[in-house]
This record gives sequence, structure tokens and C-alpha cells, in this order.
Amino acid sequence: MAKSLLFPEFKIERDAKRCIACQVCVRQCANAVHSYEEDDDTLWSEEERCVGCQRCVTLCPTGALEVRRREVGFRENANWEPAFLHRLYKQAETGGIVLASMGCDRPYTIYWDHLLLNASQVTNPSIDPLREPIEIRTFLGRKEASLDVDWENLSLKTKLAPQLELSLPVLFSAMSYGSISYNAFRSIVEAAQEIGTLCNSGEGGLHPDFYSFGEHIIVQVASGRFGVTPEYLGVAKAIEIKIGQGAKPGIGGHLPGEKVSPEISRTRRIPVGSDAISPAPHHDIYSIEDLERLVFAIKEATGYRKPVSVKIAAVHNVAAIASGCVRAGADIVAIDGIRGGTGAAPQVIRDNVGIPIELALAQVDERLRREGIRHRASIVVAGGIRSSSDVIKAIALGADAVYVGTAALLALGCHLCQKCYTGRCNWGIATQDPLLTKRLNPRIGKRRLVNLMRAWALEMKEILGGMGINAIESLRGNREQLRAVGLREEEARLLGVKMAGEGW
Amino acid sequence: MRERERIPSGCAVAGVLSWTGQPVGGETIIRAMRVMHERSNGLGGGFAGYGIYPDFAELYAFHLLYDSLESADDVEAILQKNFVIEHQEAIPFWEHSPITDYPVFIRYFLRPRGSEDEEELVVQTVMTVNARVEGAYVISSGKNMGVFKGVGYPEDIGEFFRLDEYQGYCWIAHGRFPTNSVGWWGGAHPFNLLNFSVVHNGELSSYGINRRYLENFGYFCTLQTDTEVIAYLLDLLLRRHKVPPAMLGAIFASPFWSEIDAMEEPQRSFYKAIRLTYGGALLNGPFSIIVGFEGGMLGLVDRIKLRPMVGGWDKDTFYLASEESAIREIAPHLNEIRALKAGEVMIGTVKEGVYHGQEFAVSRI
Repeated sequence: MAKSLLFPEFKIERDAKRCIACQVCVRQCANAVHSYEEDDDTLWSEEERCVGCQRCVTLCPTGALEVRRREVGFRENANWEPAFLHRLYKQAETGGIVLASMGCDRPYTIYWDHLLLNASQVTNPSIDPLREPIEIRTFLGRKEASLDVDWENLSLKTKLAPQLELSLPVLFSAMSYGSISYNAFRSIVEAAQEIGTLCNSGEGGLHPDFYSFGEHIIVQVASGRFGVTPEYLGVAKAIEIKIGQGAKPGIGGHLPGEKVSPEISRTRRIPVGSDAISPAPHHDIYSIEDLERLVFAIKEATGYRKPVSVKIAAVHNVAAIASGCVRAGADIVAIDGIRGGTGAAPQVIRDNVGIPIELALAQVDERLRREGIRHRASIVVAGGIRSSSDVIKAIALGADAVYVGTAALLALGCHLCQKCYTGRCNWGIATQDPLLTKRLNPRIGKRRLVNLMRAWALEMKEILGGMGINAIESLRGNREQLRAVGLREEEARLLGVKMAGEGW
Repeated sequence: MRERERIPSGCAVAGVLSWTGQPVGGETIIRAMRVMHERSNGLGGGFAGYGIYPDFAELYAFHLLYDSLESADDVEAILQKNFVIEHQEAIPFWEHSPITDYPVFIRYFLRPRGSEDEEELVVQTVMTVNARVEGAYVISSGKNMGVFKGVGYPEDIGEFFRLDEYQGYCWIAHGRFPTNSVGWWGGAHPFNLLNFSVVHNGELSSYGINRRYLENFGYFCTLQTDTEVIAYLLDLLLRRHKVPPAMLGAIFASPFWSEIDAMEEPQRSFYKAIRLTYGGALLNGPFSIIVGFEGGMLGLVDRIKLRPMVGGWDKDTFYLASEESAIREIAPHLNEIRALKAGEVMIGTVKEGVYHGQEFAVSRI
């Protein structure tokens, strides 16, 4: 076979004065980048295997290693960036679809970074969260337009729809056991319980070890229907029908057979070693009325005691689609934007299909309000939520809550190398290799997630207090608290916000 | 041209309700407002009087503000579509008032033509006039009541409209301290729809969502003032959703979750349901409001008491004001006077007396 034209993406520099040849790097790298030559007591690195996950750099006890983006020597060409050459060479060599993981990394406008928040001055006192309660407790599920009440006896005649109660408007996104490790899954589930929020099983079923955490789990019913049993639906707090995913709208999923270990086989209810393939569409949902039938089939199966969510990818006509989902009986509509993550997706899809979540959210919220049905479902958005200020901006645009996936994985140690699909995650997150998965201690993982959410909650309360708002419901959809900077008027109009500099 | 910007403002508010139902002259409320002169800056003042039109008690009294009478024909055409104009006249004013620049005010007493939902018809008519006719604005539309408001100090506005010549069982009033000058009379308080009137001291941080919440129910804000959303919320809650006035506190200034968690059942479920359902109607930010409605008046302050309000009563009258001095000025012999607590509703109704409390089961005093 001819020599590969692929060039190493990273450059590894080892400071010989610092290196003590302890071989931590050799043992830590699942990609076998580093090797030790016993004869002359030296270490050698094969850069073309390096994915830039920074595991060796982080663990090197003497700080001898540095892994940096390799400066490619090609003549500069604004049209042909090195990433395009790399992908093209790879395809020319293999004839296959290039895979990628995590969310789209192309520099499309990140609208969160063009939205600024308000604060109170003089005419309206800001509120100090150290002195006054600031409430971020959130309820997801269908709400009533009005209540039927016997006011004399204070008795409620309306029966409220089932609700999910969250201590803060953040949930953990769908990440299946299979796409992530048992320990990563356990870290997230236990953190959700301690925080008082929910996580999402993803489409890979639910390992029986986690049934006892059901109050904090939303289980997915996806096109592959893996692990969907009465028990699975029964233990969960809510059920999500996964129609699409922001990283790969219109595309199904594929968990390769080599990852289907006995435990995953038990969870997904498929034979060990067989590929787990999720078809692109649900083959019982070819239209909106089919969706309605599945929503109500699930509601019937669970006695109308659990909210049913419908997760869709943010695509061009998302507002009308979301409206259809609400009319089809969804209690929650989850919308995943183009920057939403994945364990594996064709790179061409990940980077080119879908729209930014900010625009999708603004349009969906406005559409549902215009149709007078906004109360009939909660909106949860996903795809590129990086910080507490992103959460606040999402809520001000109209979301009830956000899903975080990538942010949660980062808290567990992910360094965004985007190689989840290889199954050789050095951080023990996106892998089923027992030697790698035990690198992630679920007790430590849980603590880090709890810390992250605690920090975000504190920051959100500071921001709300500054605005003079002490309950999250007064921020939800309150776009007066947002101003656009550096956007074109058309973009600001689509987001429903005024330009910075404009008053009330 | 109308000023379309939303103007936050500080303010003075006061209200008087004779809960025995005997008439109170308009000069009483003017005196209360005069004491609080320093809380206003001359850019807005207004009054709502209840029981002031006994001769037309069964008719809807529309107070129209015209920038110029040219639009009167358009307005009257809209009114006549659904109503018979039984009587109309210019609202009398004092020609030697220090206020020299003023629009035209005409009041119409209307009888609905059809037998369908009259109140809905009134609301739709008000919305139509305000949205469609340039230079005309319906400032009140209730029965046996009316709003008088304009640009000036409240006591000057009261004298301009010769309120000493009116007798009513209830008056509410407002003096404005906007942080931005505005020269439009319609922007002053009270804001009214049907029999509900509101005067408001405060700024709503939740305005952006309150406005969008109302759009869900077909209300479209044309004035861009905080207080307009309160007036529409009152119509939505009190008229359409049949919420008793005493429960407004649970919606506008709902208890904190920590308080709800500590409640006994069924109260806990009840308050939870209220918060879940009416989150978009929660008023956040500092406010104290006085609401006038048919047969009663209530005061309410925000969840953490960021604006002042005191309430007091004697043997036959209930008073509310931003400052105790305003009440003392007109009621030297009070039985009781106290500051409203955060989220507390203090409510007086004709023949039934005064109630107050943060709970629905308010205790009788």
C-alpha cells in the first residue's frame, strides 16, 4: 500500500531535561502514540496517531510534554484550509464517510456571544442573592391556560398535568450507555439525583443498576427502540421520543458491534457483538399524526402519569414542526441545535445540517405564543450551552430549561478531541474498554458535575438579582432583558431582541 | 405623535374607599395627593372615581382623549357599530387652571346594541380605537366610573378636571415621577379597562414576559408602559378567569417556593398550581399598586416590598397611600394604620369592610 498522505495534526514536544522516562505517557495513551526504547532508555512519540486529547500532558509528573496543533507547511490558502485537505486525503485513501464526534466546530455565528444582558440601576433596585431569595426552581410539562377553582373552598378542580421539578433549569442531555462508559453514565445519574435535576438515558436503554434512580431519568424511545420495555418506561420520570439530534439531523445511529459488550447487550436487549443500528426515521412515524399516535401510546402505557417529550433537531422549518409536536400531545419539546454533540456522526452532516439553536428557539417560542399554545408544552433547548450566561440567555429568549451534554462531559475530564467514535477515549468517558473506563471514578465524576451545577446556579442567581428579578418565570421569554450587539438587524429581528443602545 | 417608548417611573399613589358606600368628594383625594407633592415631578397625575355617574349608572362611560377632534368622527363610527351613544359631552375643565396645554376630552355614555357578551364587546372596542385611530385614546370604559388624567402635578390635574364637583364611593389617584419626559396625557395613570383601574408605583423587570404572556390571550400593548400590562392582566384574571380580587397577590406577588413548601395541603397544591399556571403574570421588580374595581379597592406590594404602601381605616372609610402623611391629612381619626407586608393584599369592599393578608383566607379586621 502506498504511503499515506495524511499529515500529523499535532506536534508532540518532549523536554528531555524534564523527562524522567517514567513511562506514564506510554501507559496512558490508548492510541499508542508513545513508546519506550529499553535499549537506550528513551521515549519516542508517533505523532500521526495523536488525537490531541492532552491526557499525557495532564498526567506527566514533570511537565515534560507539550502537545500542540502542528503548523502545517502548506502554502496558505483561504479556500483550502488544512482540515479540508486532511479529510480529502482520508477519503481518497479509504473511500468512506469521514466520521466526527462532539458538536459542529465550524465558526458559524454563536448568537449567545452577541446577546448582552440587562441590570437594574436606580429606578429599579437590583436584588442581592445573599440577602433575598432568588428562585430558579423550574417545572417542565404542560401547563393550563387557566384554572377551574372553587374559590370559596380553595379547592382545585383542574387536574394538573404531570410535571418534572428541577432545582435549576438545566438537565443532562441524552447520552446513552454505549456511547459513554458505565462510569460516566453513573457519574451523571448520581449527580442528577444530588442536584435535583434529571438526566437522559439516550437511546441505549437503561442498565438495571440505574432503575433505582428513575425519578431522575428521562428515558428515550428512539428509532431503534433499544431497551424499550414496560419496566423501562415504568421506572422513568419522563419519556422522550427522539426524532432527531442536532449533530446529525435526518441521520440514524450506529453503535458498532465491537462495543456491544455483555453489559451493553443486557441494556440494549440485543445480542453481544451485534451492531446496534437506529434507522434514520422511526418506521412507525412517517407523519405528524403518526407521532401523535406514538405520544398517546406511551401516555396510555404509562397511565398519563409521565410527561412525554419530543426531541427534534433545529432545522429550517423548526417552528412549524415544534408547533405540530405540541399539537400532537408533546408535554415538552426538546430542540437540539447545530452545535449539539454526538458520539459519532458523518462529519459532513455534523458540520453542515441544521441551524443554530438560538434562532430556532426564538422562532419556536414566538410561534407557539402567536398560536396561543405556548403553555401546552415546555421548551428545552440543547446544543452548545457552555456557561450559566448561555443558560440565562436561552431562558430570556423563551426556553424553560436547557440540556447540557458537552459541558457535562467536559466536567468529567473530556478535552474535546472529538474522537469519541474511535472508542479509545483516554479519559474513560466515550469508551467501553475496561482499562480505560476505570480511569473515571464515578464518585469524583459526580462531585465535579455537582460542583459545576452549583457554580452555575450561583451565577444565575447573581445575574437575575442584578436584573431585579427574583423568580425565573419572570425571565422566561423576557427578551427585554436581552440586547443584540454586532448583529445585523435581520438577525436581531429573528431573535426578537432590540439592538444594544435601544432603551425600553 | 404618541410617545411609544416605555417610561419607567417612580410615583405617589393613594386611594379612598367608603366601605359604607356613602359618597366622598373628589377634593378629598386631591388633598391626599397634595401632601405627597414631592413624589411627583409634574409630568403626570390622574384619578379614577367610582360611583360618579349615578344618572348613567347602567351605561358604559367612555372617556376619550383626542389630540385633535378631527378623529372624533372615526371614533364615533366605531362606537356606534356596537353601541348606542345615549349621551355625550365635553368633560368639564377649569379654564383658568395653571395647566395651559391640554388635549380634548369627551365622554360618551354607551348602551350596547346586542345582547352578546357586552364586556367582551367593550374590550374589543377599546382595543380597536386605541390601535386603529391615530390621535384618539379611550382612557376609561367602565360603568358609573371614570378616569381623569394628564400631564401636570396630580393636585393641578384634579383641579383642572374640577373633581371637587364629583361624588364617588371610591377614588384612586396617582402622581408621576417618570425618569424620562413625556408630553402625552394618555401615558399618565390610572390605566383602566371596564371597571378595573390601576395606579402603579414601580417598574416591572418582568415587563417583557408579561407583555408576551398577554399576547397569548389576545391583548396587545399599545402604550409601552408597565402599567398597561397590569390593567390587561386585571381584565384577564378578574373578568375572564374569575379570580377573586383577594387572590391577586398569589399571582402578582406569589409566595416563594420555600413558603409554599412549608404550607399544609391542600393549600400547598393550590399555590403550586397558581404559580405553575400564572408564571407569566407574576410581576417582578418593585411595585406598589392600588386597584379600583366595582364595589372595592385593593392595595398590593411586590414580593420583597421594594416600594412603600400603607393602609388604614376608620369607622366607614378605607385608605391606601404611598405615605402615611397622605392618609393622616384626610383622616385624622384612624382606627388603625399599618404598612402592607411584602406580597400582601389589603382589600376593602363596600358593605363588607376591609380584609388583609398574604393568604387567601384573609382575616377580617
